[in-house]
Amino acid sequence: MKKSEQRDLFPGALEMMILRTLKRQPLHGYALVQHIKRISDDLLQIEEGSLYPALQRLLKEDLVKAEWGISVTNRRVRIYKLTTAGAKHLEREVSSFEKMLEGITRVLARGES
Amino acid sequence: MNWLKQLFSRRRLFGDLSDEIGQHLEEKIEELVATGMSRKEATAAARREFGNLSLLEEDSREVWRWMSIENVFADVRYGLRMLGRNPVFTVVGLLTIAIGIGANAAVFSVVNSVLLKPLNYPKAEELVSLHQTAPGAAGLADFENGLLLSPSMYFTYAEQNRTFQSLGVWVPDSASVTGLAEPEQVRLAAVSDGVLQTLDVAPAAGRWLSQMDQVPRGPERVMLSYGYWQRQFGQDRNVIGRNLTIDSRPREIVGVMPQGFRFVDTDFDVIVPLAFDRGKLILAGFGYHGIARLKPGATIAEANADITRMLPIWMDSWSNGRGSNPHIYETWKITPMIRPLKQEVIGNVSEVLWVVMGTIGLVMLIACANVTNLLLVRVESRQQELAVRAALGAGRQRIISGLLVESVMLGLFGGIVGLGLAYAGVRFLAAIGPANLPRLSEISIDARTLGFAFLISVLSGLLFGLVPALKYAGPRASLELRSAGRTISVSREQHRARNLLVVGQVAMALVLLVSAGLMIRTFEALRAVDPGFTDARHLQVVRISIPGSLIAEAERVTRTQSQILDKLSAIPGVKSAGFGGEMPMEGFDSGWDTIFIEGKIYPKGVLPPLHFYKHVSPGFFAAAGTRLIAGRELTWDEVYGLRSVVMVSENLAREAWGTPANAIGKRLTEDPGLPWREVIGVIQDVREKGVQEKATEIVYWPPMVENLYGRGPAQPIRDVTFVFRSDRAGTQSFLNEVRQAVWSVNSNLPLASVRTMQEVYGKSVARTSFTLVMLGIASAMALALGLIGIYGVISYTVSQRKREIGIRLALGAQSGEVVSMVLRQGAKLALLGVCIGVVAAFALARLMTSLLFGVTAHDPLTFAAVAALLILVALFACYIPARRAMKVDPIVALRYE
Repeated sequence: MKKSEQRDLFPGALEMMILRTLKRQPLHGYALVQHIKRISDDLLQIEEGSLYPALQRLLKEDLVKAEWGISVTNRRVRIYKLTTAGAKHLEREVSSFEKMLEGITRVLARGES
Repeated sequence: MNWLKQLFSRRRLFGDLSDEIGQHLEEKIEELVATGMSRKEATAAARREFGNLSLLEEDSREVWRWMSIENVFADVRYGLRMLGRNPVFTVVGLLTIAIGIGANAAVFSVVNSVLLKPLNYPKAEELVSLHQTAPGAAGLADFENGLLLSPSMYFTYAEQNRTFQSLGVWVPDSASVTGLAEPEQVRLAAVSDGVLQTLDVAPAAGRWLSQMDQVPRGPERVMLSYGYWQRQFGQDRNVIGRNLTIDSRPREIVGVMPQGFRFVDTDFDVIVPLAFDRGKLILAGFGYHGIARLKPGATIAEANADITRMLPIWMDSWSNGRGSNPHIYETWKITPMIRPLKQEVIGNVSEVLWVVMGTIGLVMLIACANVTNLLLVRVESRQQELAVRAALGAGRQRIISGLLVESVMLGLFGGIVGLGLAYAGVRFLAAIGPANLPRLSEISIDARTLGFAFLISVLSGLLFGLVPALKYAGPRASLELRSAGRTISVSREQHRARNLLVVGQVAMALVLLVSAGLMIRTFEALRAVDPGFTDARHLQVVRISIPGSLIAEAERVTRTQSQILDKLSAIPGVKSAGFGGEMPMEGFDSGWDTIFIEGKIYPKGVLPPLHFYKHVSPGFFAAAGTRLIAGRELTWDEVYGLRSVVMVSENLAREAWGTPANAIGKRLTEDPGLPWREVIGVIQDVREKGVQEKATEIVYWPPMVENLYGRGPAQPIRDVTFVFRSDRAGTQSFLNEVRQAVWSVNSNLPLASVRTMQEVYGKSVARTSFTLVMLGIASAMALALGLIGIYGVISYTVSQRKREIGIRLALGAQSGEVVSMVLRQGAKLALLGVCIGVVAAFALARLMTSLLFGVTAHDPLTFAAVAALLILVALFACYIPARRAMKVDPIVALRYE
């Protein structure tokens, strides 16, 4: 049902993408969903059902902070910003993710030959 | 303190969250509208994509929570509301649980205080009792303490051992204290050096008795118990150094032991040193209890080996006099059987307590089954509410945990009420507990009992909550939403759970009833035993000791006793009187020695069997109601003439000479070197050690005997029990007259152990009667709960089947048929329960074999009676709802649809 696609993501992937997106520019929830959808060419569907819990987790760990602001469509929205801790966390996560990806790729390549 | 800030800013946080999500939804709707959808369609589509909004919010909020503790709090609040809304259910459930938990906590506190807690001494786990057996010594099996230590053994063990830190011997005794008001009989503990060091409890005042107090014929010292100090001296610290006259001899008070200090399990008033005269000791004299403290790390097996090593040293170091063979004891095969002191203290009460604990536990299970039934019924009526919650997005887990929290809370409240009951229960238990229940004063509700009560509260809450929770929180919830409130018939599955509970209840109740039934049979068998005295209620006993320091001369002691006897007989209403070393079951240590029968060949190097001695006055048996089987009783002329005559018990006569009649005129002696004594009478067998023990073989001496325990002048018996028969036995006015009679002979004689033989007898069967009462209470509770359980299930089924019954009646069924249909259903359940219960009881009853007497654990009569009783009770429980079923009005029943 609602979480089936995220289940294919590994734990932490959604958070990583949120942080990466916010590194470019602060966004509010709806814009975040739209952005990730667009960037991934609709390959990734982020559901609100998992976005908000993930945002709350990040807030709790002080990786992002939220402020009420006005969106481009002139709505009162909460805009999420990356904190310094968040930026560091993202770096660490990305590098470890890349290592993992490389490992997986190698194994897969070996299996083919 | 980030988390603290979070905790307080949470309300705002959650408000923000819902605002934010609302905005998000709005934005999404607008976007969809922009693509050309109508606003209504767009809202629906957006909501569909969003899924369950409140669940989403909840999930997001979850992040801020500490685990699911807050869920539990919410459930607790909700549960409280639900319990409050249904007071009848709550009270009934609460009481059932409270009684169950109360009974369990009370019994557990006894088990904990008596069996589990360490003894009240420092490092109590190192303390052992030096128990030994001697399988080669014929007749020793008659002595409950095995082979006690002799003073020479004590010296050898104390000086040669390698495994003990300290070691000593002691013996309980009694003595009279004079010079303080009325003469008083006190309980005395005589100790060797090493005993106080072993127990290692510091005195409350003054000092311990020490080695310098153990000098024979040295200065005489004494220590007081706290209670005696309080009673006689008002806790006066200046008492140290003053004299106390014990058995007419002054002793200097050197110390006071602290409150709660006991010797193993003996209460005492004063402690005196044993002061053995080392130069005069022989091998024999096995009359002292040995206790020791193991060296750290030493095991009981090592200590046993150590004692085994020292036994030959003991035989080499001492003798029984010139010409005797010290190694004769090798034939006794003396074997050390050291056991933890705790085991010695607890004695044989542990089986009773565990059996009681087990039965009370079963009662708790039955109570849980009843509450489960209640909950099942209630959850059924709450199906609609549960279905609504499920539809609103409550997960299966949430609903289950909600229901569980509710039942656990019921359990906890029950536990709290139960603890109140347990306080009362502990008092009750202490009051009806066997008079000789060890560590009685230590019984209390402590932290461990509280923990236990808490644990069973939670566990039982989970137990009776789980069945309904699992059954009704399921995915069928949506179905129930539609159908609840209409008269659909209950599914088979739901009946099955309830039926199973009833079957289980009946089975458990049967097990309990069988155990109680076996105890009743045991009690009957005990009462059928002829104890060797008659009409115990009218048999008064009084113990009087005449110390050597008061009257030294042997014949004067006996004459004084005879005078007392005359005075007692002169009291109006006294029909007969006598005195003897002790009455059966009084529990004083009798003398014993080897007995040689004239004409019997004893193999060289083997000692003949050991036998009890008992000194009795003329008229003793007549007063007690003990029958003379053959020959005649002793006369006073024979006593004062120091004639070598004895009487023997019937079983001894049969063993030695074939028939009681044959025994008359035959002779026996303790030592072939001493004159023979002629058997003049054979006395009915007496249950000396208690009704449950087989009758002991006894030799009855006159009250004054020459050559006792070896060649020597005439010796009187100084500690005696006077026994006399009167209809006024036990009344205060009678006892006053008894005191005056005794003091008219000698005003320095205290009266001790004043009681009727009924009390002595009651104490002897106390263990059985205690077990009987406890199992009786447990099984009565089980029966009542089982009755309620069956009644509840059957009447619920009847109310569910009202429509069906109405149709049956409308179609012409006779009301009798309806009744028998309902009864059949109940009988089927009861029968199944009885069958299972019989099998279980058959297996479990063996555990209580050691508590039974005169009946086997598989007594068919008990089993049959209990099974019949249970089925009858079950039918009775079904009859009431069955009658209600019969009265169902078909019209009313059918109108339901």
